[in-house]
Amino acid sequence: MRSLTLKAGFISVLLFLIFIGAWHMATLPKESAGATGADAEYAALMGKGAEKSGGFPPPLEVGKAFVTYLSDPFYDRGPNDKGIAIQLGHSLARVGLGFFLAVLVAVPLGFAIGMSPLLYRAFDPFIQVLKPISPLAWMPLALYTLKDSNVSGIFVIFICSIWPMLINIAFGVASVRRDWINVARTLEVNPLRKAFLVILPAAAPTILTGMRISMGIAWLVIVAAEMLVGGTGIGYFVWNEWNNLALPNVIFAITMIGVVGMLLDMIFGRLQKLVTYRE
Amino acid sequence: MSGHFLQVEALQKVYPAQGGGTNAPVFEDIHFHIDRGEFVCIIGHSGCGKTTILNVLAGLEEATAGDAFMDGREVRGPSLDRGVVFQSHALMPWMSVLGNVAFAVKSKWPDWSKEKINEHCTGYLEMVGLGHAIHKKPAELSGGMKQRVGIARAFAIQPKMLLLDEPFGALDALTRGTIQDELLKIVQATHQTVFMITHDVDEAILLADKILLMSNGPHAKIAEIVEVTMPRDRTRAGIHHDPQYYLIRNHLVDFLVNRSKTYAGVEAEMFHDAKNPPVVRPGLEEERTPILKQVINH
Repeated sequence: MRSLTLKAGFISVLLFLIFIGAWHMATLPKESAGATGADAEYAALMGKGAEKSGGFPPPLEVGKAFVTYLSDPFYDRGPNDKGIAIQLGHSLARVGLGFFLAVLVAVPLGFAIGMSPLLYRAFDPFIQVLKPISPLAWMPLALYTLKDSNVSGIFVIFICSIWPMLINIAFGVASVRRDWINVARTLEVNPLRKAFLVILPAAAPTILTGMRISMGIAWLVIVAAEMLVGGTGIGYFVWNEWNNLALPNVIFAITMIGVVGMLLDMIFGRLQKLVTYRE
Repeated sequence: MSGHFLQVEALQKVYPAQGGGTNAPVFEDIHFHIDRGEFVCIIGHSGCGKTTILNVLAGLEEATAGDAFMDGREVRGPSLDRGVVFQSHALMPWMSVLGNVAFAVKSKWPDWSKEKINEHCTGYLEMVGLGHAIHKKPAELSGGMKQRVGIARAFAIQPKMLLLDEPFGALDALTRGTIQDELLKIVQATHQTVFMITHDVDEAILLADKILLMSNGPHAKIAEIVEVTMPRDRTRAGIHHDPQYYLIRNHLVDFLVNRSKTYAGVEAEMFHDAKNPPVVRPGLEEERTPILKQVINH
């Protein structure tokens, strides 16, 4: 088992090095291509032309961006120049708040829908229609009604994380083993105790699965939402750096989005393990 | 109302058919009674509705017609007065063994302190020989141990009646024997009133005072009531030395193999009174053929 982890780690590092190597080779400056007279003149006219490389940034340049940003993640120099940790913090705060609101709505509603076959059927058409709507499609409505770009971002996160949660909670609650419900019935357990001590723990693994999916989607959506509404956040950062044509920074930000997304998923993976029971 | 502890009258269950309409009743005209402190087993082929009868008594299912009264009150919905041991043990896997029993005890006595509940539960878990495993999770226990927890949970709420739905059906023969012995001891000590479903003829003879024999479904009825006339202090080791044992056993097997089919439909109506199914005591030889006698008497 240990040696397997070790081997896998070794191969991962190897793959990474091959990738960086290939990237480096592909972005090497082309020999003497810029030496023709007309181009040199043009370059001189453009001023900074001499240092401009062929296009896609080489790994070394991106590495420099990593070092610059990670060495000082918390600086704040006005609205368009903030440290990466502050940008990620803004995004995480939006995701956290939207997700939390979704939990507040989805848990009781999911319980009600899961416990009552009547409500299950009554709500089903709405859920089925609302679920496939891209969360960004809500943005104009949100901006018009809420009149605040920040609140609209939170609303978009709320609306995109609620459906997977709602569906999983309802399903988890509805498929609690009949035997356990019968035990609770023969013991005349009151509804509140039954909900918290029998149904909730029985459905917890399914509920956490729903939350994990929701969190994944919310993190996907926040980047797009922030590109749209602007101001702060990692999505806005990416868009801003694109407008600056600073591709190394864009690549850096993309990597950060991936890392934070992975960490979020790991947290929910842990929580899931915590509530999973062995039969 | 008669003075019996549990009285079942004219119970019938009809399940709706698949494409609307109704099927033939699974069972009908079920009459029987259980006195306080009696251990009653019910035997019959699969599909005769034994589990449905038990669920009706537990209050988990409703009969289509007929009534059940316990202690002078009609059985309506589940109640803490009736403890149920489920076929599949039905322990909550996220609770410890102690937690499972404590959940039941707390439901019965919500005002008890934590210490009192734990002490009470530990006592019952020790009674079924699980004193050493109270902090384990059900997943860490063997099938037999899980079923013991289920029995401890049912006994711990001190119900007026215990309902056992084939509790040992999923266990291997050796484990089954040990737990039967334990159950026998506990029941003899507590004089618990028990209604139990079983497929195992030997188990029924070992444990029961009365055995209800059900005919095959649909239209299943209680065909006979067999009284186990052997003394109450039976043991699994000694029971087969009793001369009555084989007489009773042969009678039961005979019924299941040959006669369980004939107590439904037209034939049954000719010679069978479902309200007062014949009580037989095959252990005492002179009464071995009561049905023929009854027919002659009519």
